[in-house]
Amino acid sequence: MQLFLCPFCGERDETEFTFCAEAGKTRPEPAAEVPADAWARYLHFDHNPKGATREVWLHATCGEFFLMERDTVSHAVAGSHSLRRPEA
Amino acid sequence: MTRHYSAFGLLREGLRGHSGWQPAWRSPQPKPRYDAVIIGGGGQGLATAYYLAKNHGITNVAVLEKGWLGGGNTGRNTATIRSNYFYPESVALYDFSLKLYEGLSRELNYNVMLSQRGVVTVASSPAEMEMAARLVNAMQINGTDAELLDRDGVLQKAPLLNTSDEARYPIFGGTWQGRAGVARHDAVAWGYARAADGFGIDIVQNCEVAGFLIEGGRCVGVETSLGTIHADAVALCVAGHSSVLAAKAGFQLPIRSYSLQAMVSEPVKPCLDTVVLYPGTGTYLFQSDKGEIVLGGGLDRVPSYAQRGNPPMQQTVVSGMLEMFPAFGQLRMLRQWAGVVDVVPDSSPIIGPSPVSGLYLNGGWGTGGFKAIPAGGWLTAHLIATGEHHEISRPFDLDRFATGRLVDEAAGSGIAH
Repeated sequence: MQLFLCPFCGERDETEFTFCAEAGKTRPEPAAEVPADAWARYLHFDHNPKGATREVWLHATCGEFFLMERDTVSHAVAGSHSLRRPEA
Repeated sequence: MTRHYSAFGLLREGLRGHSGWQPAWRSPQPKPRYDAVIIGGGGQGLATAYYLAKNHGITNVAVLEKGWLGGGNTGRNTATIRSNYFYPESVALYDFSLKLYEGLSRELNYNVMLSQRGVVTVASSPAEMEMAARLVNAMQINGTDAELLDRDGVLQKAPLLNTSDEARYPIFGGTWQGRAGVARHDAVAWGYARAADGFGIDIVQNCEVAGFLIEGGRCVGVETSLGTIHADAVALCVAGHSSVLAAKAGFQLPIRSYSLQAMVSEPVKPCLDTVVLYPGTGTYLFQSDKGEIVLGGGLDRVPSYAQRGNPPMQQTVVSGMLEMFPAFGQLRMLRQWAGVVDVVPDSSPIIGPSPVSGLYLNGGWGTGGFKAIPAGGWLTAHLIATGEHHEISRPFDLDRFATGRLVDEAAGSGIAH
């Protein structure tokens, strides 16, 4: 089993994690004015890169969404980052 | 140079010490321009080239393959052919493919070893029996063969199944498609390659596409590791690498690439003469002609371009097999491998024009491209030759993600991807 890095729990078994989305997408607003093809791009279309990628993952056991940098060919994990905004 | 294969020819070569066989296809250097260039020398690409020549008389065609023919998903799948889908659009597509498969060995003069041994999908609860009946009804209405089996019917098809009272997934019944089966996947690629070559189509291996020639928004050719090739039309038939090539042409696709694993056991005497799937375990298996138990399951959980697969899914697939066939616990596993599959949100393929004019898409087959090779090739060839959709491929256009007319087979027939 591969170990993935949760920014809060440290290295944990890969089966505890769920892939959510590619990082860097912004939901188009306001919803009522977004054309159908822009919605489609937001909902379904992706880079799906071969190699280095940044993705949002869920560590299901602690319930935290976070950003993971990894490689889609070697599966090496380069780092994980919290998605929480720093407290003001 | 393509000779007709026959029993007489085999006998003659046997008597001559097999000295007269010729290569089944040429290995030419690419010409500077073609009417059509097909990227990807797997089943889909080779079938597209073949039907361009056979159905439309377009023979000035090249198939460009970065590795060797059928070395991607065509040679890595578990060779199952079936059309047990829920939606009319899907049955029209996959049943068309199954019908073409039924005549393929004769048409290509190449034995693809189609064995219509049937597929049984086991239902493990009263609720699953309801869904099985719904699927069977839908399939029959859509014009393909389907039968609802009770528990005895399932056990008649596969007597070694787990009948224990302790079974986690007890057998209530299941669905049966008798025309479904398996074929020799390499032979499908080689048969199409040989037949396409017979029409004069150039099949170029070890030729990787590095980029596209785009003039005034139109794709007019490709840059390859063997030089620039101009073409009036270019088709992408590259499965798990669709997004990589789309990026080179400047657009994105609704595709995510995953590893899909399969494995085989050591060969044993005949003990299973059908294909068996448990939706409960996600594992499906059959016995190959060599006697190996071939098994696979769902996608790996991690998006990936690695052709190897991760251990958690291996464990899930093997655990599933032990639940279904306790006797197979005695088997030793022989090989494990994976292919990179192109998974689309609605688990249906993408066939149609791309956002770049002159560039056509054949992809998004996910875990099910092998069964659709003849139909996918036929429909993509129609698209290239006429510039218009065939009525069967129309629902699978890329525009469905904007219109919302998804053909959601993950929900409809509960397929694993």
